[in-house]
Amino acid sequence: MNVKPEIDRIDVEAVNSKEKRSLYAARVKVFPKRVSGTFRTLKWWVTALTLAVYYITPWLRWDRGDFAPDQAVLVDMANRRFYFFFIQIWPQEFYYIAGLLVMAGIGLFLVTSTVGRAWCGYACPQTVWVDFFLVIERWVEGDRNARIKLDTAAWTGDKIVKRISKHALWVLIAISTGGAWIFYFADAPTLMINLVTGKAPFVAYSTIAILTATTYIFAGFMREQVCTYMCPWPRVQGAMLDEDSLVVTYNDWRGEPRSRHRKKAIAAGQTTGDCVDCNACVAVCPMGIDIRDGNQLECITCALCIDACNGVMEKLGTPKSLISYTTLRDFNENASGRPTPTTWRSFIRPRTFIYIAFWAAIGFAMLFVLLNRDRMGINVLHDRNPIFVQLADGSIRNGYTVKILNMELRPRSFRIDLKGLEGATMVMAGSDVAPSRQISLDVPADKLRIIQVYVTASRAQMKGETTPFKLIATDIEGGETAVYDAAFKGPDK
Amino acid sequence: MSKVEIDELSGTDTTGHEWDGIKELDTPLPRWWLWTFYITIVWAIGYMIAYPAIPLVTTYTKGLLGYSSRAEVAGEIAAAKQAQNKFLEKMSSMSLEDIRSDQELFQFSVAGGKSAYLVNCVQCHGSGAQGAPGYPNLNDDDWIWGGSLEDIHTTLKHGVRHDADDDTRVSEMPAFGEGVLETPQIAATAQFVLKLSGQEHDATLAEQGVPIYAENCASCHGDEGKGDREQGAPNLTDAIWLYGGDGVSIAKQIAKPSHGVMPAWASRLDENTIKQLAVYIHSLGGGE
Repeated sequence: MNVKPEIDRIDVEAVNSKEKRSLYAARVKVFPKRVSGTFRTLKWWVTALTLAVYYITPWLRWDRGDFAPDQAVLVDMANRRFYFFFIQIWPQEFYYIAGLLVMAGIGLFLVTSTVGRAWCGYACPQTVWVDFFLVIERWVEGDRNARIKLDTAAWTGDKIVKRISKHALWVLIAISTGGAWIFYFADAPTLMINLVTGKAPFVAYSTIAILTATTYIFAGFMREQVCTYMCPWPRVQGAMLDEDSLVVTYNDWRGEPRSRHRKKAIAAGQTTGDCVDCNACVAVCPMGIDIRDGNQLECITCALCIDACNGVMEKLGTPKSLISYTTLRDFNENASGRPTPTTWRSFIRPRTFIYIAFWAAIGFAMLFVLLNRDRMGINVLHDRNPIFVQLADGSIRNGYTVKILNMELRPRSFRIDLKGLEGATMVMAGSDVAPSRQISLDVPADKLRIIQVYVTASRAQMKGETTPFKLIATDIEGGETAVYDAAFKGPDK
Repeated sequence: MSKVEIDELSGTDTTGHEWDGIKELDTPLPRWWLWTFYITIVWAIGYMIAYPAIPLVTTYTKGLLGYSSRAEVAGEIAAAKQAQNKFLEKMSSMSLEDIRSDQELFQFSVAGGKSAYLVNCVQCHGSGAQGAPGYPNLNDDDWIWGGSLEDIHTTLKHGVRHDADDDTRVSEMPAFGEGVLETPQIAATAQFVLKLSGQEHDATLAEQGVPIYAENCASCHGDEGKGDREQGAPNLTDAIWLYGGDGVSIAKQIAKPSHGVMPAWASRLDENTIKQLAVYIHSLGGGE
């Protein structure tokens, strides 16, 4: 029998394992060890990408002409507009954002039911920023053992220097994180100048202060506690996972019985599994758990234990994937000795199909609505005080507040036509145009214009107390129309 | 209590309170909660030093920052006034007609006129300017003293039958019931006025009213009853009646007329406000 080389055992405890998770005990610090491997590389890429998207997006420019800001992504609270590249959204179109949130929700369900907590392990800001902070921590204080040593060491000059530099760098990252956030809400270059010269509004500084504090505290100190105690998603995800979802799994059917002194055990005639109990998987875990205890609430499936274990297995010359992304079905089949390899087919099942169908349906519906949406609108509010006015010749006049929306980024001319209520005429308050059945008006780019319109009809034209009619707004140039069903009120005859 | 008893099952201290054998655990407060509580205490002390906090007998502690919500409101009002200034300065030298044709000033005047209206005018003319018997409706197109911007402006400025103002608008219809006309004559005249306005009437009586009208009323209300704005004589042929358009109301007004009074606002409001009011009233739909 091939005797495998011995692997040094790392002295580490899974501080957040089930037995040690007392609610009244103080938190025990986790010192994740550095690891490299496939998933760590993937995580670096995702981290770099998400951080880049976050920091760079507000600085992208997008030309929208003279009547709108040229920032590609901008939430303009003051003017109540949201800009996203070629899309511009008014507050009443907020359902697009709601739709995106629903899509994001269903997307999370889909991802979780297929590849488990991939969001938590790779893309969640908490994970990304903790990773970012850990890079700094390792760079300043060294890897796991050095950090543990430093943590328990007396306050020497060296320790003070290291701690101060670490926290200073953390605060810098935190400030730039909080600082980047506000650039989404105002013209980034202008705001940057104002920030530096102290001319930015107070809310800008307070937002930076709050987000700096949360970043610094969440990523620097609270770390895994945010996931375990604050985040509701781990609880929800239990319902999203099923036996076909990929989860980070310790294949105990292969690893057990674990053996630290393999040679001796073999010599003593004992059976041994592939696990050499080196604790590498525990040492790299940012959540402070032991994956060999099985699936746990704390596990964010960052897959670092897979990388750690694969490294050891490689050194030993044993097959990899003692810890791997495995479905519960595979695990059970393997454990009962009837292995069937996982194929892409396990992703196609009613559950994922329904998620994809919902997700795509909402996406396509929104896209369709977006491409066909109105870029103008008419809104009519009937005067209530007085409801109607009798004129000298006995005819009845009604007043309306008419709102014309020009949602395009250029000034437009509109025509309002009166339809129904034959013989009635209308006039715009403040205008000297003679009463007719048509009103022409200009609306500035990306603006709402509110006008007062008076409609006059003789009693003979009215059908009782209320007579319905239509006000039709038409874009004179483009021909786009919007219709409002209005009512003409008069005395009860 | 000298010795703290430890609960065996949970390993937590007990308070020493016991009810029917059930002992109360002395579970410590979560530390985050406790620290939040301490921070709020520190915050409260800081707040009391910085801001007005403790009421004294005749005054109160002012706080180091010297904050006052009253001063803040005053500041906001001053800022709003400041913001209005650019419009007010511009309109003070402009004619009413020019103000009306300037879209920005028109909107400003309508908004400002409306708020001035709601403070000064609603008491008589109603919140929607719809008037009431004796108080003209300002929405319609019938004007006793004229409905152009200038006319409305003059009426606002000098009022109607406001004795203290030399330029006030005055019209005084005689009380025909007090020694001028007999009751049947008044009834006949009223029927004729009904006829003038195209309402149902007694033809015989109306016929009798013709000469009485010509002799007593035509000088002000005109031969055809169209009224005369110069004299403030209402049009009797239209559908709008200040004191009611039925026979009895008309007869009552002939016999012993009511005369409304409107204050001269020049003595109470500044010129710009009166201009805004004129533009606002004119915009209500009846402006000429």
